[in-house]
Amino acid sequence: MTDNADRPNQPLHGAGATPAGAAPVMEFESYRAPRNQWWDVWDQFKTHKGALFGLGFFIFTLLFVFVGPLIWTLDSQFIDIRARNAGPSWAHPMGTDQLGRDTLARMMAGGQTSIAVGLTAMLLALFLGTLIGVMAGYFRRIDGLLMRMTDLFLALPLLPLLLVIIMLYRDNLRAAFGPEGGIFVLIVVVIGATSWMQTARVVRGDVLAIKEREFVLAARSIGTPSHRMITRHLLPNVMSPIMVSATLGIANAIITESALSFLGLGFPSDFPTWGRLLFDATDWLTQNPERVIWPGLAISLTVLSVNYIGDGLRDALDPRIRGR
Amino acid sequence: MLTYTIRRLILAIPTLLFISFIIFLIVKLSPSDPTAGLPLTIPPEVREQIRQSLGVNDPILIQYFKWLKLMLWDEPLHLLEGWTGLNVAPDGARIISYQTRSPVMELIMQRMPQTLWVVGTSYIVGILIALPLGIISAYKQYSIFDQVGTFVSMVGFSVPTFFTGVLFIVIFAVNLGWFPSVYNTTHVVTDWPSFVVQVKQIIMPVMVLGLYNASQISRYMRASMLDNLNQDYVRTARAKGLNEKVVVLVHVLRNSMIPVVTVIALNIPAVFGGAIITEQVFKVNGIGQLLIIAIQGGDVPVVQTVSFIFAVLIVLFNLLADVLYGVLDPRIRYD
Repeated sequence: MTDNADRPNQPLHGAGATPAGAAPVMEFESYRAPRNQWWDVWDQFKTHKGALFGLGFFIFTLLFVFVGPLIWTLDSQFIDIRARNAGPSWAHPMGTDQLGRDTLARMMAGGQTSIAVGLTAMLLALFLGTLIGVMAGYFRRIDGLLMRMTDLFLALPLLPLLLVIIMLYRDNLRAAFGPEGGIFVLIVVVIGATSWMQTARVVRGDVLAIKEREFVLAARSIGTPSHRMITRHLLPNVMSPIMVSATLGIANAIITESALSFLGLGFPSDFPTWGRLLFDATDWLTQNPERVIWPGLAISLTVLSVNYIGDGLRDALDPRIRGR
Repeated sequence: MLTYTIRRLILAIPTLLFISFIIFLIVKLSPSDPTAGLPLTIPPEVREQIRQSLGVNDPILIQYFKWLKLMLWDEPLHLLEGWTGLNVAPDGARIISYQTRSPVMELIMQRMPQTLWVVGTSYIVGILIALPLGIISAYKQYSIFDQVGTFVSMVGFSVPTFFTGVLFIVIFAVNLGWFPSVYNTTHVVTDWPSFVVQVKQIIMPVMVLGLYNASQISRYMRASMLDNLNQDYVRTARAKGLNEKVVVLVHVLRNSMIPVVTVIALNIPAVFGGAIITEQVFKVNGIGQLLIIAIQGGDVPVVQTVSFIFAVLIVLFNLLADVLYGVLDPRIRYD
């Protein structure tokens, strides 16, 4: 929604977005300043309370995770063994773990990783999905092949495969990129490479429909080459489904990463993520039951807010609903 | 319809072959060593002989075809013999677990009942919760019930099962002490008290998985009901004087169930996948736990077989959903 400055006029909603100055009957309309389509989207988005709340919470989470460590300066790795297994207090608002590390600082550090994994894996999945979707929709010749490949990927048992891949290739990547970098690359690539299929299908469907419209014919008739056709005419028009998949992709990636960490196959224990914190806390359920609450709540609320944003975006980007 | 089903069945074969090859390759090309778990005192030449006896040094394609034949022909026959008692199983090699040295199929047959119990009951519970929730939500759209219902299903859909499971344990096992936190699979139901114990120990895993499934299915149910409630045939039914109960529960519900039934079928493999986590939370020794143990122990045959079973489930239920859709909705004809 931020990159609307350099966007060309939207052919899809061109009639509604450009000032109707040409028609003398609509003279009143011509005084209204030309309005970007994304303002209409934002107006519709604002009416969805859950989405607005979700957006607010997601921004709060981002601030908590990335700006929080500047304010709460305790080191997430600092071991204060005498304060171990402590409950909430002013020194440690969320308590400490079995080594006396501050849970609030660890929640911030863990959130950075979890959200970074979520965003990067989503971007990778989106890139792959859009690329394959556009290629399959635009080039008739490779459509069948790419869609069969998508079907095959959809039939793969993902969670078992993710576990197997991570278990088997973890050590090699660790040697290549360092203990944290290696596992980060592995998890992002593995999640991204196994969650692009829905995006690809939706994008392909939309590209197939848009390809038959007059403005594409017009662009083709003035000799627009394929690559510009895709970047200037097709991609701006399939932004809506891509953005909705983006939100769902973040939620999916955060949950998958947490699940992997929870099964003990994600990040190492001294490099916390929310899933890892939850996993470590389950060993202390009877002594410190509140320790599982914080990371669990963080994962759940972030995913919930992202899902609500997705819901709101889906409504806001649907031209049949918008403007009613 | 029949030709369509047959065509889809035939198309499923290359899909399964491809998936089996991927599963085989991922595990084969990995650097894991089946003898890594053995004591370090074993001399290298003996270690090499052990590898030889496991057939690790053959060319990849030979290993693949050998494995495929075992996987698709010999092992299913053993499974059949185990279930029916018929004497059909061939003699000869079987897929042997590196860890336990016993046939993988037997391990799976030992683990299957627990998984089926937990997953099956939870799915049924989920459907039983979801259908009324979705129907009432849609019928009273924008009412308090609908808003609370959609909110709860959104929450249930977003909260991962590994958190709900742990939360349930904290509340009901640690604080209240109502239910045990560990699922005891050796427990045998013989009389009423032992049945109560069984219900108590299964209730938490079933509710965790069931609520997750319910929130997913109820969203579909509500959307599908809403689509149908505004159709012309509903007005016709009301206009000819049918009472509201018949209109909603017979006319609308039957049509709304079509997509929901396919979604229910499509989701079954995902539920098995989700059971991996739930089994880990509640220490149920089912298929999922077998997979985790095998992955941690570098037990390649078990990992391959379990992953392949999951893949077969996915392909099978995709096929079933497609065929069901055609059977339930006469407007859809594939041929």
